[in-house]
Amino acid sequence: MNPLDFSVEELEKLFTLANDIENHPQNYAHACDGKILATCFYEPSTRTRLSFESAMTRLGGRVIGFADANSSSAAKGESVSDTIRVISCYADICAMRHPKEGAPMVASEKSRIPVINAGDGGHYHPTQTLTDLLTIRSMKGHLDNFTIGLCGDLKFGRTVHSLINALVRYPGTRFIFISPEELRVPDYIIEMLREKNIPFEEVIRLEDVMPQLDLLYMTRVQKERFFNEEDYVRLKDFYVLDTTKMELAKQDMLVLHPLPRVNEISVEVDDDPRAAYFRQAQYGVYVRMALILTLLELV
Amino acid sequence: MLNVGKIEEGFVLDHIKAGKSLSIYEHLQLDKLDCTVAIIKNARSDKLGKKDILKVECDINMLDLDVLAFIDHNITVNVIKAGEIVEKKELVLPQQIKNVIKCHNPRCITSIEQELPHIFVLADPVKEIYRCKYCEEKYRENAKKF
Repeated sequence: MNPLDFSVEELEKLFTLANDIENHPQNYAHACDGKILATCFYEPSTRTRLSFESAMTRLGGRVIGFADANSSSAAKGESVSDTIRVISCYADICAMRHPKEGAPMVASEKSRIPVINAGDGGHYHPTQTLTDLLTIRSMKGHLDNFTIGLCGDLKFGRTVHSLINALVRYPGTRFIFISPEELRVPDYIIEMLREKNIPFEEVIRLEDVMPQLDLLYMTRVQKERFFNEEDYVRLKDFYVLDTTKMELAKQDMLVLHPLPRVNEISVEVDDDPRAAYFRQAQYGVYVRMALILTLLELV
Repeated sequence: MLNVGKIEEGFVLDHIKAGKSLSIYEHLQLDKLDCTVAIIKNARSDKLGKKDILKVECDINMLDLDVLAFIDHNITVNVIKAGEIVEKKELVLPQQIKNVIKCHNPRCITSIEQELPHIFVLADPVKEIYRCKYCEEKYRENAKKF
């Protein structure tokens, strides 16, 4: 699935369910009794995998799977198409992460069970987007009329691409892209924003735009997305959010981050009430619970 | 002036951009057909200045119009029967093309999943932009073809 596979109305339904799970977890503790989630992770991602496993376990279901390609049949050369056909016999739903872009789509075409894209290369990370949207909606009460700053690796950062695609559907959204020249948002996203007449600007300095932002989405410069070590070393410390920069921000601005953080957010910011990234991880479990229930048609 | 005779049954592809006829020959896999093919390069044209023309003597159903439209939808396709033009086909950009061009994004699943078809979807009909169905990489004209 892709966040855009859901209409805005369907997303509202999903988020309402997620908030109900948050408020009444006991009502859902056995909703997935007898169901199995397969987590097929062809590249390591402890956080996302554990979030899925936590979600299914909290729903009363069970989890099978693998945590990296070396411990799967992919190491023997099995194709994604073949793997998912087999997994379809073992589980009721699958969450797949793959370093190659489009792999979960290939899987969904061959699968008999719902396949959730848990991240495909630098392409999409839809459940992170659902997490981001749920966090904003839960903490701000709405998803429209925001000026959102996206900062860091906007070229390879799949969470950024997914979030932009999801937010363009809400009126009054304005984007400010903050990145070094080498890590600018891809052309196809810029083209899409121009076509839809969505206001955006591209800047290099975070300090210059900080006072305008309602939301600041920080990202990590990911080593695994670079072919060249030299480029990674040069760009990894380009942005660091600290308390001095936070002083420039609105009092009700939210700082989001898909995690894990390295050093792009100074730990001193963690105590700031505007730092929402750890609550975001909690919302990630709720939204995955809501997604599993919805895709298994248990609600 | 060079003269190439009429064909009895088949098709004439006219108004091909000068120099593109060999590429079309390859894409239509005309080398695999056991039929007469005339490739005319740099013919004089009032409309284009110079143009290429392909004359192929074979069943019209053997022609993949989608591939042709993807390469250049301004090409005129004349269907010939009994030595006369019986139809001029209009080419429209296909919604999707399969195994005509290859995705060259090294991060795309098509780079490792051998049996997967290379499918490109028409993302922008006005700008004639095609994107890989799986990774959404834009097709670049100078990318290596099949």
